[in-house]
Amino acid sequence: MRVALFLTCVNDTLYPDTGRAVVKLLTRLGVEVDFPMAQTCCGQAHYNTGYRHEAEPLARHFSDVFGEYEAIVTPSGSCGAMVRELYPRMGERARAEGRGDTLAATLAPVVPKTYELTEFLVDVLGVTDVGAYYPHKVTYHPTCHGLRSLGLGDRPLKLLRAVKGLELVELPGADECCGFGGTFAVKNADVSAAMGADKVRNAESTGAGVLCAADNSCLMHIGGTMARLHTEMRPVHIAEILAATEGATEVGTRAVTEEEPRA
Amino acid sequence: MSGTFVGMPAFPPPVYPAFPVAAHEAVNNQTLRGNLRHATHTIRAKRAKAVAELSDWAALREAGKQIKDHTLRHLDRYLLQLEESVTAAGGIVHWAADADEANRIVTQLVQETGESEVVKVKSMATQEIGLNEALEAAGIRAYETDLAELIVQLGKDRPSHILVPAIHRNRGEIREIFVREMSEWGRPAPEGLTDSPAELAEAARLHLREKFLRAKVGISGANFMVADTGTLVVVESEGNGRMCLTLPETLISVVGIEKIVPTWQDLEVFLQTLPRSSTAERMNPYTSTWTGTTDGDGPRTFHLVLLDNGRTDTLADEVGRQALRCIRCSACLNVCPVYERAGGHAYGSVYPGPIGAILSPQLRGTASEIDASLPYASSLCGACYEVCPVAIDIPEVLVHLRERVVEGGPVTREGNKVVLQPAKGHAAERAAMRAARWTFTHPGALRTGQRLASRTRRFHPRTLPGPGKAWSGTRDLPAVPAEPFRDWWQRTNGGKDEAK
Amino acid sequence: MSSRERILGRVERALADVPRDDTPYDQAFARGYLREHGDRSVEQTVELLAENLADYRAIVHRTDPEELPYLIMRLLAQRGPQYVLVPPGLPPEWMSAADPTRVHDRAVSTPHELDKVESVVTGCAIAIAETGTIVLDGGPDQGRRRITLVPDHHICVVRVPDQVVSSVPQALQRLDPTRPLTWISGPSATSDIELDRVEGVHGPRTLEVVLVSGQASAEVNS
Repeated sequence: MRVALFLTCVNDTLYPDTGRAVVKLLTRLGVEVDFPMAQTCCGQAHYNTGYRHEAEPLARHFSDVFGEYEAIVTPSGSCGAMVRELYPRMGERARAEGRGDTLAATLAPVVPKTYELTEFLVDVLGVTDVGAYYPHKVTYHPTCHGLRSLGLGDRPLKLLRAVKGLELVELPGADECCGFGGTFAVKNADVSAAMGADKVRNAESTGAGVLCAADNSCLMHIGGTMARLHTEMRPVHIAEILAATEGATEVGTRAVTEEEPRA
Repeated sequence: MSGTFVGMPAFPPPVYPAFPVAAHEAVNNQTLRGNLRHATHTIRAKRAKAVAELSDWAALREAGKQIKDHTLRHLDRYLLQLEESVTAAGGIVHWAADADEANRIVTQLVQETGESEVVKVKSMATQEIGLNEALEAAGIRAYETDLAELIVQLGKDRPSHILVPAIHRNRGEIREIFVREMSEWGRPAPEGLTDSPAELAEAARLHLREKFLRAKVGISGANFMVADTGTLVVVESEGNGRMCLTLPETLISVVGIEKIVPTWQDLEVFLQTLPRSSTAERMNPYTSTWTGTTDGDGPRTFHLVLLDNGRTDTLADEVGRQALRCIRCSACLNVCPVYERAGGHAYGSVYPGPIGAILSPQLRGTASEIDASLPYASSLCGACYEVCPVAIDIPEVLVHLRERVVEGGPVTREGNKVVLQPAKGHAAERAAMRAARWTFTHPGALRTGQRLASRTRRFHPRTLPGPGKAWSGTRDLPAVPAEPFRDWWQRTNGGKDEAK
Repeated sequence: MSSRERILGRVERALADVPRDDTPYDQAFARGYLREHGDRSVEQTVELLAENLADYRAIVHRTDPEELPYLIMRLLAQRGPQYVLVPPGLPPEWMSAADPTRVHDRAVSTPHELDKVESVVTGCAIAIAETGTIVLDGGPDQGRRRITLVPDHHICVVRVPDQVVSSVPQALQRLDPTRPLTWISGPSATSDIELDRVEGVHGPRTLEVVLVSGQASAEVNS
């Protein structure tokens, strides 16, 4: 099976290791992965901040880039939800504005074949044991759009439970938002920070060394808060855990690389 | 938009600061944070349990949504039917296009009775229009009789929750308010009052009883109005509602036009979903229904004031109109992580929380700082939508209203179509969004930017000055990697060369 | 233009984008929910009513018609009221053993006069098992709404199983909307202090529900 990796602009720019982990994991499972070089951004930040009309060209671009693939896999619950839930809505709104069905028709093909990574693994490939080895105590934070828009349910947990060496501990208040929320994090920085601090405190109370999630943008917020609060925990994307195998070096730079000197 | 707009009472309402400004104070108030956390977490768990008892919850929620949508779609027809049935049952129906008119009508009705005081059942509609202040200006004293409203009124405070307006107060604070203020308004607080909730409730009982027994005029809202029978419904807990609805000689109910349901049977949905969603009970202690007047039982005169006050403007918005399905259960407030930390006052409206963030900017327009900031008072986590018993997609409406703020466009105000200009203060953001859109539609440009960021990464600070502090004041910036993914992909031929 | 016309006009214009829809009301939406929850025998439904009443702090008693007067006598004796309110159509035998002076529900009584009465005894229209609710409709054995409101102690007699329905939908079907209705689920309560429920505010703080069985053998209405 040949699938396109939609890595997302955030992961491409800031978290390439997550992308490498997805490639490693899917290749190990016999999936041929392609990374269309023309891909950029799904337009979620634009859309959710109120710039729907600015988001439309990005959605059309997404459709152009990915339209021909059998399946599109993304390691991001929120970007996955953007395509699956909000692209159809963009089409409807354009129609309501008297602009006809063109946008809806352009976006329609990519909607049903876009999968969040854990969804793709469990639903399409039908696997829960991906042959991973990760000897750490881990707690899982279900990010909001994965949880509520895509309805990922217990798919990520099933995958994590099957990882050898991994001790999964329950996160208190797991389904509460971490406070990232895209531009919310800066427009309402105080509330966002308070939510982030509460999330980190809950995560710390589990005694886990790793907080895992399926969205790096949320992990960027949680991890940034962890660093500022000087916690021992580190944030790791679920793809990096599922890609890890016995004897291999972990992919996640946030996990193993040394801090480089900064100016 | 300038001048007066719908929802503005005759005397100007306080000007509220933008949400983030007000929230800043609340987030740093440890007592408030503790009170809200305790209360919202208590009710969240209970609601989940009460809802789980009904195996057909999803079907009830869907039916509630459809009944409300159907009603809104034929609102004119059902309003006329309601008017006819209420009148036939002995009630008198009045129509108020805005807050001013509603206040004038009610004030005049009270004056016609010759009374100078009224007892009130908790009502969002009368709070929305500022009825108490209007009555006060006419020399009529309005006594709030709901316990939480009493706490707010005695404490010269503002409500901060739809169901429990004094949720921001803990028992100790409530005791202090009672001891300090009750004597000003009537019977003083009992000697040696402690902060036990039972004693506090007893103090309210004693304080209000005299007012109930002598009241000649009661003022209420209603949870539902049934078009085919002309029946009004008030759902409550304490019995203050029953007091106000049955003891006075005159009853005046001020009700938003969206509170209609077509038939008596439709109540079977909402009387199951409302109590479980709001107080997490199988059924609230008291529900009163009345149809016009009844000989020898209850008020001899019944007035119904049907209130628009921005509702028809909301109805005109095809995305935003779903907010009119709201049955004011407050489940969305209780589950909202932003409400839990910012508190109700930050929303600058009698409708706080997620539902307030979509109702206020529609009822009042987005001209003020607070109303333009409310659509952003959410991380779009979707917990509100999940618990809403009438399935209002609050995140969808929030994003829609954000669009209205930054893009402007056609809206309806006071029944007239107007075109809003994009709000000021978003110019820099708009430019950035356009630039980002340009970059993202030019993959080569994106790549150039990524490479630049990677090459200069050793010089990136962990914190930012100026506006960047909004992020880095509390969070480290992520480290920029040595190369973006796309460069790795190309360099290693999709990882194949690396694996060798 | 009157505000009535103004509002109706605004509604009409607001709905201009909505396609015309002539679906009759009874086909307009799906009532996919249940008429009642669970499958219970008549006895189980009565038992559920008792449980749910008790869960919200009503005091539940069960008796038969012969014992009813003595039970009411004992319940009143325990409280020791001097006066007890009775609606005009209360079956006289219910009160035949009771000691306190009976005060009749009269239109001319002022709320202050009612406030001097400690207890009230009534029947009810129906009771709802799933929610633990009794509903009064102002019938002759229930009286005006205020008599079950001002006194602090309410004894309500429910004839089981005749007056018991399972669910809210069944209840609405059996009730007459033109009568003033009071649905009561436990004693007066509030959640206004820290969103935690406390019993006892303005309505009767003690609610005693007497389930009387054996008066008729009809099925539980469904």
